[in-house]
Amino acid sequence: MATFYQLDFEKPLRDIEHQIDATEARLKELRSGEGTPGTPPFVDPPDVSGAPTAAQLTRDLEALREQHGRTLRDLYSHLSPWNVVRVARHPDRPQGRDFISALCREFCELHGDRRFGDDPAIVTGFGRIDSIKCLVVAHQKGKKTSEKLACHFGCAHPEGYRKALKNMQLAEKFGVPIVTLVDTPGAYPGIGAEQRGQAEAIAVNLREMSRLRTPIVSVVIGEGGSGGALGIAVADRVGMLAHAWYTVISPEGCAAILWKQANEQTNTAAARALRLTARDNLELGIIDAVIPEPVGGAHRDPPAAVALLREWIVAQLGELRSRPIDELVAARYERFRRLGSFAEAEAV
Amino acid sequence: MTQVQTRTWTEVRPTRKSAIPEGLWLRCPGCAQMIYRKQMETNLHVCPECNHHYRIGAAERIRQLADPASFQPLFGGLSSTDPLRFTDLKPYAERLLAEQIKTGQTDAVLAGTAFVKGRSALLCCLDLTFMMGSMGSVVGETITRSIEHATAAGTPLVIVSCSGGARMQESGLSLMQMAKTSAALARLDDAGGLFISVLTDPTTGGVTASFAMLGDVILAEPKALIGFAGPRVIQQTIRQELPEGFQRSEFLMQSGMVDRVVKRHDLRSEIARIIDYAGK
Repeated sequence: MATFYQLDFEKPLRDIEHQIDATEARLKELRSGEGTPGTPPFVDPPDVSGAPTAAQLTRDLEALREQHGRTLRDLYSHLSPWNVVRVARHPDRPQGRDFISALCREFCELHGDRRFGDDPAIVTGFGRIDSIKCLVVAHQKGKKTSEKLACHFGCAHPEGYRKALKNMQLAEKFGVPIVTLVDTPGAYPGIGAEQRGQAEAIAVNLREMSRLRTPIVSVVIGEGGSGGALGIAVADRVGMLAHAWYTVISPEGCAAILWKQANEQTNTAAARALRLTARDNLELGIIDAVIPEPVGGAHRDPPAAVALLREWIVAQLGELRSRPIDELVAARYERFRRLGSFAEAEAV
Repeated sequence: MTQVQTRTWTEVRPTRKSAIPEGLWLRCPGCAQMIYRKQMETNLHVCPECNHHYRIGAAERIRQLADPASFQPLFGGLSSTDPLRFTDLKPYAERLLAEQIKTGQTDAVLAGTAFVKGRSALLCCLDLTFMMGSMGSVVGETITRSIEHATAAGTPLVIVSCSGGARMQESGLSLMQMAKTSAALARLDDAGGLFISVLTDPTTGGVTASFAMLGDVILAEPKALIGFAGPRVIQQTIRQELPEGFQRSEFLMQSGMVDRVVKRHDLRSEIARIIDYAGK
């Protein structure tokens, strides 16, 4: 069975997997032992009363596998908010570049921001999703240690946001729709980032994306951490993968400030309080759709996750591209304009 | 028209816990001199010895910037509904009520029309005394309405920021206020409107990363802390000492992120001057 990185809430699965492993091993032994010639005839046969037969084990295996599937479905349909965060951070979860290479038939990466450098934490370029030409903008966290360090674990610098904007404006110029894939714990907090205007870079993206005259579709594919996520997610349609999270601050950050300390218990409480799951965001009107993931999360079956994502993106692009652009930009303004919850007293 | 209570920082101070003893004299955190409180207050809350700019509330800010009796409050009737029923160590609803009683305001912003040295303007001031000036739905909505009002009326917009950032207790909805206010500023920009952003100590997080950094002209008070991430977070991330003066107004001007560092005494005339240059 699976040997990859596992999360502690998956312990029931692990137990079943151990049982399956043992059953499979025994079954293999029995099968390879059947009809084996050359067993010395003078040895007394072992006492096999009560030992399982191959047919029994096959039945057991089937039952165990069914139980495994049921437990998996059950666990992943009732993930606590903090466990959602941990699934979203699963090391085997597909990242920006994985989705790009699986979604796009070909991809023409565009690198620099023409100001300072090329931030590997945000990947941009032209590609085709099905037959639709798009500009794709995606966070990349990195897989190997060296790549993770270069990408700062998906925390982009101002040059990343400026590269994204420069190329989104290019897409606008040629009437090419934009697809952004969000996966970041937050924008990078560092000396260089502050010096080069992290806040300004994000703010300008928010302002400019709101008036880009081309369709924009955004999907939170993993982590949607604060301004660093929103900086490429002002869109006509915003979706979230089922096990992604999206909110104003990471649960640890929130726990450290409001609970005065970040530990397992306060992180769990903060994750719950923040209402950061896809379903919560849908209820709050922050996103337009929850995009399903394969049972047990995108990391268990990346091709299935890609297929579900592709289906949603293509449907949105098809619809958005048919609308007059003035209407589209006005609707995008209204989409964000109405967000917020407040009471209004009668004028005194 | 909605009536907003215009109590000042000075009046609300008695309910505030502070390390500085309440009294006639206080020790200036800038120069460690004992200064006479009244003198500091009549000096626009600036230390007469070392020019240290004390933090001030929105009502006091408006009194300093607007021509006498010219401020007409707008959008004052908005209050938070605690949409998430958020509870940390204390329920958000309780926090809100306590802050409302403490400040006499419904939330962390005051907005209205005013004259600045005879020039008409829409003035918006965040208030640190109310939950660290954090931006939730009410602040976001008030700022957005102010921007839309300025766009429609063709009046210059002045927003004085001081904020800890987006309000965590409204979670994703607070985050969305960043997009909402920035989108409204795009429309003001399309209409050729003027937006003067004034950054004061401290302006951080989601407020900096949205409207505060989108001014046509960005002014900052001396030595104000201005940044995206707070210094403590940066220090924990990079694990090294931060350079002297890092994230202060002067540092931002050197980095090209702020246009002018302006002393509080000059703020009125600087705003008026920019309005004149813009021909508004």
